[in-house]
Amino acid sequence: MLDNFQILVAAPVFNVQLLLNGVLVGAVFALAAYGLALVWGVTNVKNLAQGDFVMLGGYLGYELAKHGIHPLVTVIPVAVLMYAFGWIVYKLVISRVIQRELFTSLLATFGLAIVMQQSMNLIFGPEVRTAESGFNTRELFDGLVTVTDIRMISFVLCGVLALVLVLFMKRSRMGQAIRATAQDARAARVMGVDTERVYAFTFSLNAAICGVAGVLISMIWVLQPFYGIAYSVRAFVIVTAAGLGNLPGVIVMALGLGAIEQYSGFVLGAQFQQATVVGLLVLVLVWRRLLLQRHRQALQ
Amino acid sequence: MQQSFQGNAVARALVFGAALGVATLAGTSAYAKVEGDKIILGSAISITGKYSQEGKNARDGYDLAVKMVNDQGGVTVGGKAYKLEVKYYDDESTPARTAQLLERLINQDGIKYVLGPYSSGTTKAAAPVTEKYKIPMVEAEGASRSLFTQGYRYMFAALSTSEQYLSSAIDLAAEVAEKNGKKAGDVKVAMAFENDPFSLDVRAGVLDQMKKYGMKAVIDDKLPRDLSDMTATMTKIKALKPDMLVVSGHTKGATTATRQLNEMNIAVPLVAFTHCESADLVEKFKKGAEDILCPTQWAETLSYKDPVFGTAIQYNTLFLKTYKDYETVPYQAAQGSAAVLIWADAFKRAQSFDTEKLRDTLAATDLDTFYGHIKFGPAGNNISKPMVLRQIQDGKYNVVAPSKWASHKLVYPRAAK
Repeated sequence: MLDNFQILVAAPVFNVQLLLNGVLVGAVFALAAYGLALVWGVTNVKNLAQGDFVMLGGYLGYELAKHGIHPLVTVIPVAVLMYAFGWIVYKLVISRVIQRELFTSLLATFGLAIVMQQSMNLIFGPEVRTAESGFNTRELFDGLVTVTDIRMISFVLCGVLALVLVLFMKRSRMGQAIRATAQDARAARVMGVDTERVYAFTFSLNAAICGVAGVLISMIWVLQPFYGIAYSVRAFVIVTAAGLGNLPGVIVMALGLGAIEQYSGFVLGAQFQQATVVGLLVLVLVWRRLLLQRHRQALQ
Repeated sequence: MQQSFQGNAVARALVFGAALGVATLAGTSAYAKVEGDKIILGSAISITGKYSQEGKNARDGYDLAVKMVNDQGGVTVGGKAYKLEVKYYDDESTPARTAQLLERLINQDGIKYVLGPYSSGTTKAAAPVTEKYKIPMVEAEGASRSLFTQGYRYMFAALSTSEQYLSSAIDLAAEVAEKNGKKAGDVKVAMAFENDPFSLDVRAGVLDQMKKYGMKAVIDDKLPRDLSDMTATMTKIKALKPDMLVVSGHTKGATTATRQLNEMNIAVPLVAFTHCESADLVEKFKKGAEDILCPTQWAETLSYKDPVFGTAIQYNTLFLKTYKDYETVPYQAAQGSAAVLIWADAFKRAQSFDTEKLRDTLAATDLDTFYGHIKFGPAGNNISKPMVLRQIQDGKYNVVAPSKWASHKLVYPRAAK
């Protein structure tokens, strides 16, 4: 462990490699996390199937790419398909639990996650899949640092998508309705906002965002029906740490999380890469609680 | 789901009990160890369930060997020629069922000679039963190291055990180092193994072999079950420049490692992964899969041979001719056939049907087969057949080590792809 740490001190160039790998993939985590925060903030449903939406998007892209479409281009049809899928799931499941207590919606989305995993296992099979972008790898610092074009492209794509989403939320009628519903659903209803439509739209939009993240993941990492959970956990860590309705926070946390995973994998070993994420969640929760306590004391 | 499973088990037990009652009443428990001119072997094996395909491969291997042995006059014991026959039950790929059905084979059907099930898990369930009744079992489909640490006396395995999977890769690294004028002890090894029983077995074997040569592990990462990123490990490889990389993490490990090794332009002189074939590395990565070393139990290009099947390639041809639904011969089938050859050889040498005598004869097996040489260690594992290493060369798997069986030369060092 100490040896690995010494490498980073002696040859700082490897820090660049770790940071690049972490931050570039962190952008994809940010997408899934933003979707989670959106649904959480607007409908108060904590979607435990978030990671499985990512996997499904990846598989749809993979299947479409088999028909000669470049995997990167499949983000568009996948986003449309996932939007439709999200809408169906909303009508079938989410709309029925949205007004219920927290535990009911948690159970419902947990069940949804299991059904999705098993269905993907039946349809696409348990084998690991990857989509080939066919893009090049760039070398920096005499080849000591490498960065793949697909990671750069997906980073930029995530940035553009985030920007579009921010503008959409700020400027469009629907965006305003979503924000109003998130602030106070009852007041929004009184003002004539069709909150039911807002809920359905938000959930479907989230599914579409996850779909895009999934397509990018299929070109950077691998797909497997049961790997969704890792993305769900990451999304929860990011949103919990950043707080709801805090897009800059989500982005910073996601990029940071990507980098932290890389560092813990490097210094502690791959076995701690994900343990660090979960450990981080515990730390964040403890820290939040302490803050909250201090806040309460101040009120008293 | 748990509930229905239990309900199912209860129903099965009832049916089983009823069948047992009827069978006893009617006195139809006809099967015995030897009937007329037939020697009956028994096996509870996966016909349905998650291992149905592998189970079928194994059964086809058993059946082909039985047919060949019988066609060539069968097995002569005490001057009389006997034909072999196998009685199968479907263990539904569940260990509990395997144990139950073996009890039935032994107690009810009177089977005295057992062929193993498919998979380490079911073999683990079968062994205590055969031990209890002191019935010898020749198995060919359970490779887990833990099978051979229990002190079983009546179990014999045709295949190489899981800790051998990558240890021949370490031998190869030592060989290459010495050929290049370096000491084997100077070889730096990077290891990444998944945290599951199979991969940890493989790791234990690698560590043992490294200790033998005095090699050093510069990286020893354990991959979590659902890890899909190895870039941190790869960055370490870049920094530490090991002479060899060994990875065992099922298809995901092989896929992720191949992709990221190539993406990060890393050149490691020797790279060895398990599960190359099942991960479809050649199809997925084309050129990127070149020069990777992959262990295998058996390859049709090996120069092993025996009097029943001839050479490995002849076995290959015969199998594909007999079973039209295969494109290549699965190694499970070859192993299965070898297990039957071991039984046939034991009967011939023992000249007896006595299980104790057969056990001792099996323990002293020293047999050449198309599948490799068979000789059992004290734990019942085959200690004389090495795992073979194949290297992906121009999209084909060519045997490169051990050098005695090599059909092609090792491409060394592996360049960045």
